[in-house]
Amino acid sequence: MPKSGTVKIAFQLAILVAAGFAPFYLSSYNLSLLGRFLALCILALGIALIWGWGGMLSLGQGVFFGLGAYSLAMYLKLVGLGPGDLPDFMEWSGLSRLPWWWTVFRNPAVAIAGVIVVPAAAAAILAWLVFHRRVGGIYFALITQALALAFSTLLISEQAYTGGFNGLTDFGALLGFQLIDPKVQRGLFWVTLACLAVALFFLQWLVGTDFGKIVLAIRDGENRIRFLGYNPVPYKVVVFAIGGALAGISGALYMLHAGVISPAMVGVVPSIEMIVWVAVGGRESLVGAILGTLLVNFGKDWISSAIPSLWLFVIGLLFVIVVTVVPKGLSGLWGEPVRNWVAVKIFRISPIRHALVVTEPLNNIAVEKMTSAASDAPGPEHRERLDEA
Amino acid sequence: MSFSSKVLVVRIKAICVLATILTIAVSTVDLRPVMAQGGGTVKVGVLQSLTGTMAISEVPVKDATIFAIDQVNAEGGVLGKKIEPVIEDGASDPAIFAQKAQKLIQEDKVVTVFGGWTSASRKAMLPVFERFHNLLWYPVQFEGNECSSNIMYSGAQPNQQILPALQWGFEKGYRKYFLLGSDYVFPRTANLILKKHIAHDGGQIVGEEYEPLGGTDFSSIITKIRLARPDVIFNTLNGDSNVSFFKQMAAAGLPPSKIPVMSFSIAEQEAKAMGTQLVTDSYAAWNYFESLNNPMNKKFLAAYHKKFPNSAMDDPMVHGYIDVLMWAAAVKKANSFDPNAVRKAATDLAWGNSVMGSIKFAPNQSLYQTAYVGKLQPDGQFSILWQSKQPLFPQPYDPQVFPGKNCVVH
Amino acid sequence: MGDTAVVAGQIFNGISVGSILLLAALGLVLSFGVMKVINMAHGEMLMVGGYLSYLTFHHAHGPLALPAAMLVSFVGATLLGAILDLTIIRHLYGRPLDTLIVTWGISLIFQQGARSLFGAIGVDVTAPQWLQNSISINHGLLAGVDLPYVRLFIIGVALVVLAVVALCIGRTRWGTMLRAVHQDREMAAALGVNTHLIDLAVFALGTGIAGLAGSVLALIAPVTPTVGQSYIVYAFLVVIVGGPGSLIGAALAALCVGLFSATAQIFTSVSLSDVFLLVAVILFIQFRPKGIVATHSRLLEDA
Repeated sequence: MPKSGTVKIAFQLAILVAAGFAPFYLSSYNLSLLGRFLALCILALGIALIWGWGGMLSLGQGVFFGLGAYSLAMYLKLVGLGPGDLPDFMEWSGLSRLPWWWTVFRNPAVAIAGVIVVPAAAAAILAWLVFHRRVGGIYFALITQALALAFSTLLISEQAYTGGFNGLTDFGALLGFQLIDPKVQRGLFWVTLACLAVALFFLQWLVGTDFGKIVLAIRDGENRIRFLGYNPVPYKVVVFAIGGALAGISGALYMLHAGVISPAMVGVVPSIEMIVWVAVGGRESLVGAILGTLLVNFGKDWISSAIPSLWLFVIGLLFVIVVTVVPKGLSGLWGEPVRNWVAVKIFRISPIRHALVVTEPLNNIAVEKMTSAASDAPGPEHRERLDEA
Repeated sequence: MSFSSKVLVVRIKAICVLATILTIAVSTVDLRPVMAQGGGTVKVGVLQSLTGTMAISEVPVKDATIFAIDQVNAEGGVLGKKIEPVIEDGASDPAIFAQKAQKLIQEDKVVTVFGGWTSASRKAMLPVFERFHNLLWYPVQFEGNECSSNIMYSGAQPNQQILPALQWGFEKGYRKYFLLGSDYVFPRTANLILKKHIAHDGGQIVGEEYEPLGGTDFSSIITKIRLARPDVIFNTLNGDSNVSFFKQMAAAGLPPSKIPVMSFSIAEQEAKAMGTQLVTDSYAAWNYFESLNNPMNKKFLAAYHKKFPNSAMDDPMVHGYIDVLMWAAAVKKANSFDPNAVRKAATDLAWGNSVMGSIKFAPNQSLYQTAYVGKLQPDGQFSILWQSKQPLFPQPYDPQVFPGKNCVVH
Repeated sequence: MGDTAVVAGQIFNGISVGSILLLAALGLVLSFGVMKVINMAHGEMLMVGGYLSYLTFHHAHGPLALPAAMLVSFVGATLLGAILDLTIIRHLYGRPLDTLIVTWGISLIFQQGARSLFGAIGVDVTAPQWLQNSISINHGLLAGVDLPYVRLFIIGVALVVLAVVALCIGRTRWGTMLRAVHQDREMAAALGVNTHLIDLAVFALGTGIAGLAGSVLALIAPVTPTVGQSYIVYAFLVVIVGGPGSLIGAALAALCVGLFSATAQIFTSVSLSDVFLLVAVILFIQFRPKGIVATHSRLLEDA
């Protein structure tokens, strides 16, 4: 009997291959757009994991995005300098010596490791501080939002060390590759795509493991998990750290595509926009998160060119409509009737075999949750679970 | 687990079909007809924040730029072609500025771009313009310390706005200076330069404070001002923070008539929005005031107010306006739209009587211009108290603070 | 001006900032406590209040203009809150995080709406003449301390609002029902309390207070489409520190946050004091995860 996931993975691979040939049929502007949005998709995957599976809403993913981007940007700022020279903004901020914590980023290995380690560590520390005191839910969302505000304020005010409001731009070569070279840009696109693919397959594997199942169970009933003898805190911390690491990688890749990283990309508003991408695509679907990110960002590029003042109305309405009407996002629309039809007619899977796919534990819980959330006046036993969602 | 080979083949076929459909679907997006540059028009980009926090300042500059383009078109265009502006929104986000600049150059094939307000947006766009060898006309006063051959800096350098204001202050007998700014690059760099010059000229800094962008509480800063008893406050606050600052100063019994305030980001536009009475009697330093008494300015204002009856005119808007005229003149002189030829032609031109007086581009692609100090009247206009003796040579690098740095473009 | 005077001045500044935060956060505390709903559009209610008071000042003059503006802002924001609750919020009951996202969407629509109606540049609201002065202390230990009337007025408004809300909740029949819903929603519903109506009232009252706060804050701060954003995060911190649904907690928390900022600003810049504030709040919840005044509940899964 064929493995139920094989088709899914093959399908995803096909799309990845099609995307891989994008440099040959997209104009270089559209390619650069696609590259940057694919980089953002990595962050969206992280949000889908921590929000869709872990039930933790973070309004501060911009912080981890920024930490990753700044780690690599510091290296790029230093790489072209002679010994004793300072990055331009330090000079006009009146600094005369490179601070020690900048000097370690002269080493490309440290910088690239920093892209993953720094945001992951920051995320883990924050998550531990909040969750070990059993603070959760809304408080966590609000604290992460305050963190986004504090982080961008700090970046802006410490101009001599961070480039301030201008951020970091005008970079040197990455490992000898000049970023403005079209060939390097193309290579960067493939690297981004590869990172996205790895992240996607890693998360798909992760949510299927026992670890993934416990995380899901914590989302749906944290106290019940405690009663069963598990300590949910390490699980939440690890999940949040993974989300942070993905945000960091995403930030570094985005910074390479955009050629700039500045506090405007890490603050409160961009952090919340990141949540919309995933909400639109469907928080409980990894592929949905990717589609949502691409859709919203291409939409933004298009609408904001055509009718700029409309953009805020559109994204505001999108928030309201998606969350109230289709809480599972676009991937929620990809409902069972469609899936059954595709499975039977196109992939020739017999209905019985397909039934095995649908009865995976994930879908079970998710479906139950959706039906209870949709009922107008939830009974007490449902409410208990929803309170934490 | 055994695969039946037939099922496998069917699946692979299906996947191939899907992949092909997808590829075609994606690629058709790009098959739009490429707009030819020929015919009767030439495209230029206008890139400002039409949404987000900076829209408040940048939308009026966009309007002034479009007004200038219409004016040039009404006079027959340039080199026989009408100018077609392509307007894009930078959304107050430097990464979007870079992205849209690339779009304008690559997709719309514009020959030049007018735009940018914050230094952050200019810095983000700079690599794009250098990479595609295009030209950006930047209309706002800024902190200097930058020198690119792909940017025409028409806004004031520090020595054309901040230092003249200091000179005026010393001439007025002010010795104790309090520096107050929003917490970002321009105020911090401007204050770095001011501190050196104040110390050098025998003045005294009695305080230096920064408010986060968008901050609204000044109670602690006002206490510090009260303690420091400055002769004058040099104010580089940005946008809305100015409203809070002046309101809370007035509430604390310290209106501009009691402690003089010299502002570097309050022009006619901002004064009008804040409520003129709040800032009446405060000072400002610019390279243009609406009240400038010259025939070109009168004619310009009459035409502009006919189109935008309620809009005030101010320094950045005028720079947005003259940038277009200077570009058109340079194109005519170069007899070409090529950015490289245009920028070289621009530095060879001079305008004896523009709306802001005598101007010309220095070899470093910044503008020679006159500095004015004005005092805000209750009617929202500045009365001009002081002006520099001649148009000032633009210095991107202050020789006292950054000795040995020089700006030479190739 | 001596050290004592500086400290006294900063304590006054702290109380003043605290009262502003209390006004901004009180509505949030109410709706969060009773409905477990975080209204991200709360800041926009402040903004609406500011614009309404601008419109009132446009039509009314004289000494009664300010009270009239406050009344108009309160009523206008209350109605707006009621509409929001009826059309959107109540359909999301039991999904607090979803409500949070939806209300953020609403806040974007409001911001752009204000921009389209009034322009991106703010409008001008000026404090009436009788508030344009201050009490200056010129003698003794506190010489140099200055108490602006506007700030005293805002502190007064905050205290009055707090007292009125406390009386409503503690002494009226409606307040009793509200507390019943707060303690045990199902049981209250079973005993005949119309929980939908209570939710509606609480949410509308919360937004109304925000509107009132907006009209008062317009006296010392700008009225722009995005002004709500500059208060909202601090208001959330007050909710976190104060604990859900406790008026005393909210008042204490606002005071603590205000005093903390004012004290920190003696030693450091405003930006850094903001950063320290967040660090302090995160450390604080290590010790009191449920806020200054924790409501004790026998429910296992309390928000």
